[in-house]
Amino acid sequence: MLPNSIDLVYLSQHPTRATEAVLKRSGFIALLTLGTLGLFGCNQAESAERTKPAASAAEPQAAAPPKSVELLNVSYDPTRELWRDLNEKFIASYEKETGTKVTIKQSHGGSSTQARSVIDGLEADVVTLASFLDTEAISKKGLIQPGWMEELPNRSLPYTSTIVFVVRKGNPKNVKDWTDLVKPGVEVITPNPKTSGNGYLSFFSAWGSVVLRGGSRDDAVKYVTQLYKQVPVLDSGARGATTTFVQKKIGDVHLAWENEARLEVREAKGDLDIVYPPISIRAEPHVAIVDANVDRKGSRAAAEAYLKYVYTNEAQQIVAKHFYRPSDEATLKANAATFPEIKLFPVTEIAKDFPDAHKQFIAEGGVFDSIYKPKK
Amino acid sequence: MANVNRRVLPGFSLTLGYTVFYLSVLVIIPIAACFIRAASLSFDEFWGAVWTERARAAYMLTFGASFIAAVINLVLGALIAWVLVRYDFPGKRVVDSLVDLPLALPTAVGGLVYAALYVKNGWIGQFLVPLGIQGAYSRLGIVLVLVFVGLPFMVRTVQPVLEDFDPESEEASASLGASRLQTLRHVILPALYPAMITGFALAFARSVGEYGSVVFISGNMPFKTEIAPILIVARLEEFAYGEATAIAVVLLVISFSLLIFINLLENWSRRHAA
Repeated sequence: MLPNSIDLVYLSQHPTRATEAVLKRSGFIALLTLGTLGLFGCNQAESAERTKPAASAAEPQAAAPPKSVELLNVSYDPTRELWRDLNEKFIASYEKETGTKVTIKQSHGGSSTQARSVIDGLEADVVTLASFLDTEAISKKGLIQPGWMEELPNRSLPYTSTIVFVVRKGNPKNVKDWTDLVKPGVEVITPNPKTSGNGYLSFFSAWGSVVLRGGSRDDAVKYVTQLYKQVPVLDSGARGATTTFVQKKIGDVHLAWENEARLEVREAKGDLDIVYPPISIRAEPHVAIVDANVDRKGSRAAAEAYLKYVYTNEAQQIVAKHFYRPSDEATLKANAATFPEIKLFPVTEIAKDFPDAHKQFIAEGGVFDSIYKPKK
Repeated sequence: MANVNRRVLPGFSLTLGYTVFYLSVLVIIPIAACFIRAASLSFDEFWGAVWTERARAAYMLTFGASFIAAVINLVLGALIAWVLVRYDFPGKRVVDSLVDLPLALPTAVGGLVYAALYVKNGWIGQFLVPLGIQGAYSRLGIVLVLVFVGLPFMVRTVQPVLEDFDPESEEASASLGASRLQTLRHVILPALYPAMITGFALAFARSVGEYGSVVFISGNMPFKTEIAPILIVARLEEFAYGEATAIAVVLLVISFSLLIFINLLENWSRRHAA
């Protein structure tokens, strides 16, 4: 198409034979690099697992405490302010005690998304996630030693929480108990149990409210089926559900984390009320040290001190201030006005353990799926 | 100097090398990883993950809603492109830039805003909901946001073709006695078909993968308003990576087949337009 002379102009501007050869070769190099990358990509999953035993042997604890150390705390969404306050106090007290200056980075997000990041290589020193399932998933990959739950006091629970009701001002639908949620005309807002911790804990609570008060399994299935029929929107996460209830003003009752509910009611300045049902689940956001990571980074001492600090009096006060139920009995009693006493049942009262509950109720083919099966 | 290189531009192997390299890094390797991961499941596990009643309902919704949204964009986008190319009006540049906004806005924001507008006490919803039109938390809502995210793809593919399209052909057509409708059908549209089909394919593909905006407006009710990407997230929450990728693979295969089909269609229309 183009006359040959143009071709020559290009050539004279550009390559001698040598550079032409280089050009040709760089094509090859690109392909080679690509091949190596491909191999690398395939191996990554295994190598993450393989580094684990090597890492724990690699870094013996230094004799003198290091001058400074950095910790990464991987947590879930609503704990941002809580940990910011705790960090500030811990950093000061740790420096006074040991002379080591700690910097603490926080990472927040959906709890199981965070767990997946740690599994995939986010270098968390400690994880403070919303549910046993998430911490256990990390442990299963070998990053946290088995038996982690017994390493810290109170089954590694510095605080607990629960699911409560948030209602419109004055509680116009007169919702007091779980049984009131399935009355005709009551709309319930709760996120999807499949994608949200808030969602499945609400489900467990609802289930327990039936079977722990004399109902049979069939009664419970009937109850949750009716309950979820009265849920107009299944948001994918706790924050989405809050937006639906508060901003878009959809629904009469919002099944929320206790701490979130307190903030929600406070923000609403009188438009919302909180209602404590007589019975609800005890939510257990465990904390744990990520053994493989602290051993590799040599930060174990600081990480252990950090998590132990959360059990101190000072820290337990901060915990209560952020509306999490302190594990320390005395602190809980001192804040009895904030935390009305209701029957909190652990998940083990409705299933063998957490994974079992999830499998029975939430996972593919569980009770939750049967609710939405179209009738034939 | 002997000219051994018969190509007009030099550096063919270099550029091809880089093309292959980048395509591999950006597209082929991640997708291959998807397939490898899904292949770690046994056939029964794979089938169990991707072919439940609930999953089938989600595929139907994802592809159905994307298709409808792309069809709406086909008409709407072409119209907007036409207006932008053929008419001069004050504020034209602003309108022109507005078209790109759905690309820049995080789609989650789009979804949230649409949902807030169409709920029963929202600005638009307060008029529509009493008429029985549920814009938020319904299939209609899903189509609405998909039209939103797909619009720029349609407009931006049709616009340049229209710009190159000579108004004189229309005049010629008119002077030969064609009616306006005839001119549109036999002169303008045939020239636009290939671009419109490309725009359709882009908008459609974009919609199939859309997650951020849809989760906020759909309500995510299983069997009713649950799109396939939600299923993927649900499986990930259970740490079931294999099953999650299996669903992704199904989406990829269906999308890829549809895109190839659309490509063939485009080629066909190009040949027949000429």
